[in-house]
Amino acid sequence: MNGTIPGKAVADAAIRTEQLSRKFGDFKAVDALTLQVAKGEIFGFLGANGAGKTTAMKMLTGLLRPTSGSASVAGFDVYREPEKIKRHIGYMSQRFSLYEDLSPRENIRFWGGIYGLSKDLLREKSAHLLETLGLESVADSRLSTLPLGWKQKLSFSVALLHEPEIVFLDEPTGGVDPLTRRRFWEMIYATADHGVTVFVTTHYMDEAEYCDRVSIMVDGRVAAIGSPEELKSCSGSASIDDLFVLLARAGTRTE
Amino acid sequence: MRNGETVVSAAGIARRFGDVSALQGISLEIAKGELFGCIGADGAGKTTLFRILCTLLLPDEGRAGVLGLDCVRDYREIRRRIGYMPGRFSLYHDLSVEENLRFFATVFGTTVEENYELIRDIFVSLEPFRNRRAGQLSGGMKQKLALSCALVHRPELLVLDEPTTGVDAVSRREFWEMLGRLREQGITILVSTPYMDEASRCDRIAFLQEGRVLGIDTPRGITALFTKPLFAVRAPEKHRLVTELRRFPHAVSVHAFGGSVHYTDRRPEADGSDIPPFLEGCGLGHAGIERISPGIEDTFMFLMEQRDGNERNNSGEGCG
Repeated sequence: MNGTIPGKAVADAAIRTEQLSRKFGDFKAVDALTLQVAKGEIFGFLGANGAGKTTAMKMLTGLLRPTSGSASVAGFDVYREPEKIKRHIGYMSQRFSLYEDLSPRENIRFWGGIYGLSKDLLREKSAHLLETLGLESVADSRLSTLPLGWKQKLSFSVALLHEPEIVFLDEPTGGVDPLTRRRFWEMIYATADHGVTVFVTTHYMDEAEYCDRVSIMVDGRVAAIGSPEELKSCSGSASIDDLFVLLARAGTRTE
Repeated sequence: MRNGETVVSAAGIARRFGDVSALQGISLEIAKGELFGCIGADGAGKTTLFRILCTLLLPDEGRAGVLGLDCVRDYREIRRRIGYMPGRFSLYHDLSVEENLRFFATVFGTTVEENYELIRDIFVSLEPFRNRRAGQLSGGMKQKLALSCALVHRPELLVLDEPTTGVDAVSRREFWEMLGRLREQGITILVSTPYMDEASRCDRIAFLQEGRVLGIDTPRGITALFTKPLFAVRAPEKHRLVTELRRFPHAVSVHAFGGSVHYTDRRPEADGSDIPPFLEGCGLGHAGIERISPGIEDTFMFLMEQRDGNERNNSGEGCG
């Protein structure tokens, strides 16, 4: 397949980027990224290791200043208002989200405090969260003693504590069993149903099919963007996995 | 173990860490030349089992044997004859690619040249970086170097603990192609993975969950453990489809599955004909439905849910 499958214009965009780029020396980590994510949409951000996903995510979460291009997230400009972006988004990463030496209750209190929730609200939210997640019996156990799947759902909920408009999930389901993975996706669906925009990366290509739309990055550029059905029918691929491998193999970067 | 064709044999292996039962009676046998996969999530016990087989950990109960030797008594001999690639990067970050390879060759009393034939296929893409420090390599290249180091003494058994975790879909395919070629050279391979789609690449697989074996068979054979009618249902509103189907009185389980939803019916004779009318009543009259054969992931989840159902009384939530 040649060229890009174009993205559609989105009326009510939670994320909007135009030619967004980031160079490190001569290396174009992200090269003219243009995409729009609608409010309440589940957007899958795919790409091989080294394709530029992490750099793009850092720019969209206000952690890294772009070299050129423009982007707004939750209505705030990535150059001028990165601190406002941070307050209006949630972020969950596989690598770092919660403190292993703290209990679930302590993690909730800590992160709620960071996000400036009042004591009363935090107490109420904490009790509600522990109950809905089924973590009451382990609320005061060290996090390090809990199964990975439990940590993941807690981590996701903590990222939503301050009721952000957009939540960024960086490989949220790595390493868990297929049932736990699907339960996690049901939390994602429920969150999107409440109008929260979900921006998610994954290495599980079947999860790409659960997104409203996906983009596939290759060598810093968007090689394809659209709904899973559109992408499959445009490219004649049987699955997003096949399309991904086709596009990613055409890439020249070795991570 | 008396049979020379059995390369790995585990009988009733149990191991605890404090209050946690990592392994609760694992038994399996692996024949010479097999590519055998342990499929299971984080915490299923894969790493503990592998460390016991590689003589790095003692079992509390049961017997483990490798290459006809005893994993407790004959650990020195076993270590010389197997290759182990742990889940976490195990190389020396401050040594170069070439130095790492030479180091492992020397430790095993051989040279890189002696067995280069075996690793050439894998090592060739690392050649341009032979002087780079291992710590400076990308994830995919580290993985190839670690595999080369595990192979440099031409082991009879290769044990790979989650070699593809966190690796992208393209590199995962390439890695499995490499394993296929190694198997053709007669090396027995024991590999673990959390990715269900990789299971079909193995000759036989064992499903591991919470320290127990849920089933062992060929990828094709294991799906026979799925004993209820399974249907693929399609509609654009995937989440609503899942929610509504769960309310259908005969539903055993309903799971999103890539582009469709997999629905299991509790009636052995169900032909799916009463599902479209039900969905029509929910405003999903446009949904398509077809009877399908269960895949490996369907089977794994089916067995997990069956076990969860049996144990629901003494645990809050079955899986983590």
